[in-house]
Amino acid sequence: MIPMEHYLIVSSIMFFVGLYGFLSRKNLLAILISIELILNSVEINFSVFNRYLFPEHMEGMFFSLFGIAISAAETAVAIAIIINVYRVTQEIDVRHIDKMKY
Amino acid sequence: MDFSNFLVMRQEIGVIALFVILLIYDIFAAETKAMRYFRPLACILTGAATLLGFLFPGHEAEAFGGMYVTTPVTMLMKNILMLGTFTVFLQAGEWLRKGDVLIREGEFYTITLSTLLGMFLMISAGNFMLLYIGIETASLPAACLAAYNKYKEKSAEAGAKYVLMATLASGVMMFGLSYLYGATGSMYFDDMVPALAVQPMTVLGFVFFFSGLAFKISLVPFHFWAPDVYEGSPTATTAYLSVVSKGAACFVLLITLHHVFGAMTDIWYPMMWVISVLTIIVGNLFAIRQKDIKRFFAYSSVSQAGYIMLGVMQDSPAGLTATIYYVLVYLFSNMAAFGVITAVENATYRTDIAAFDGLSKSNPRLALMMMIALFSLGGIPPLAGFFSKFFIFASAAEAGDYVLVFIALINTVVSLYYYLLIVKAMYINQAADDAVGRIRTDRYNMTSLILCTAGTLITGIASCVYGYIGSVGF
Repeated sequence: MIPMEHYLIVSSIMFFVGLYGFLSRKNLLAILISIELILNSVEINFSVFNRYLFPEHMEGMFFSLFGIAISAAETAVAIAIIINVYRVTQEIDVRHIDKMKY
Repeated sequence: MDFSNFLVMRQEIGVIALFVILLIYDIFAAETKAMRYFRPLACILTGAATLLGFLFPGHEAEAFGGMYVTTPVTMLMKNILMLGTFTVFLQAGEWLRKGDVLIREGEFYTITLSTLLGMFLMISAGNFMLLYIGIETASLPAACLAAYNKYKEKSAEAGAKYVLMATLASGVMMFGLSYLYGATGSMYFDDMVPALAVQPMTVLGFVFFFSGLAFKISLVPFHFWAPDVYEGSPTATTAYLSVVSKGAACFVLLITLHHVFGAMTDIWYPMMWVISVLTIIVGNLFAIRQKDIKRFFAYSSVSQAGYIMLGVMQDSPAGLTATIYYVLVYLFSNMAAFGVITAVENATYRTDIAAFDGLSKSNPRLALMMMIALFSLGGIPPLAGFFSKFFIFASAAEAGDYVLVFIALINTVVSLYYYLLIVKAMYINQAADDAVGRIRTDRYNMTSLILCTAGTLITGIASCVYGYIGSVGF
């Protein structure tokens, strides 16, 4: 059986790759994908903790399920807003969405 | 199944009922004459719900196996948020009757009510899963509200910034929660308390969890979204975000810090100390150089959040009472200011501070209300803002943290300076040639202005308000 730590290492790497992507990507959709990486790493964490440490209850699994549903809703809202940004500005590059930066 | 559990969550059910009534009315009355009655209906129902909430305080109860917890304190917090939503509804109506948003008039009310439902759930949560669901229910519709003026570039930009930052914050928060779950084996507040000891894993989890909430309150290292989103959003949304959304997140932080993380006080007290000092100072310094009034109020609300943190940090009845009282007074003062901003914006289509030049000549009453609101935010004695600051500082001094109180006091002087800049624009600066004459606000906005100004004047002098909050607390 694969030790728990290996899963945790993978999920931590996913989390920080997502965080790095959020800060460095220039395209709004790529930023959204980075956020999805973060959310998925959290779901791995919950499932692994539940399976290895507390298998008698299902709380972690439930949290993962709810997390998946909510992240789907988040993606839907975010994509709707990004489409709206594209309609108004013809642009989804964050370097050009700087009307209020200065 | 025992359905009597549902009776415990009557405020949430009230909000859901309001939501459903308005949604159905909006669907069936759209583009007919009946739509004329939509706005009075929405305002009256919300006002009635607020009034009923204050008249019938509830008792302590639990529902759904401890998932949902309600106490007189949480019910009072929810009533305060409901009052804030009511004033937002009163102020939003005039803007919703103009231009391209008219066709989407009803949606504003229903989306706002759904964010309010999320805030209610997160305040009453007895489990971190419900807390998380509540935060998401509160922040996703708020992003839609920020992007409500969908043909305006600034509004679209504000929506994109808000939704991406909110999702990142909730992701970071969930990551922290997963470590807390790994360390304690439960998501229930009551089950986590005995298992929470100071160890690297719980500290890591707590810091990540705190960052997520700090984003909602816009404390300093996490405040960068606030000015942009506040400036770009429609004014009604800005008022909602700066008062109701921020107040709800402060309440949640207050509850979780003391109920769940009480054993880790040594860890979070120094952290909160540094963050509240930074929040007050940075908010104040950046507010001085703003030219846009909504951006100005964004930084002003950042620094006000820092003052609220002074009360949140104290593990004492005085701290709890002072925090709730501060949020109530902040609600009245800030909503009065936003009422005036809404009136000026509807007449001039401008939100820069120069639009307020010479307002005392053309609209003496609006200028007076704005001045009272600003003096209250700055903390000038006869007004409620002075007393709320006094109680917050007193609760921090009671805990012996004189350095923190001293820094906050000095910053109050700085904040007075920039609030007076707007008073100067209204009373001393000469109006430009193209300035508008008398502004006619509609009756709804007038009602909200009178309500908030009366609140600013009375809640400070009438000691029964503070006494009532204190008596509910313990």
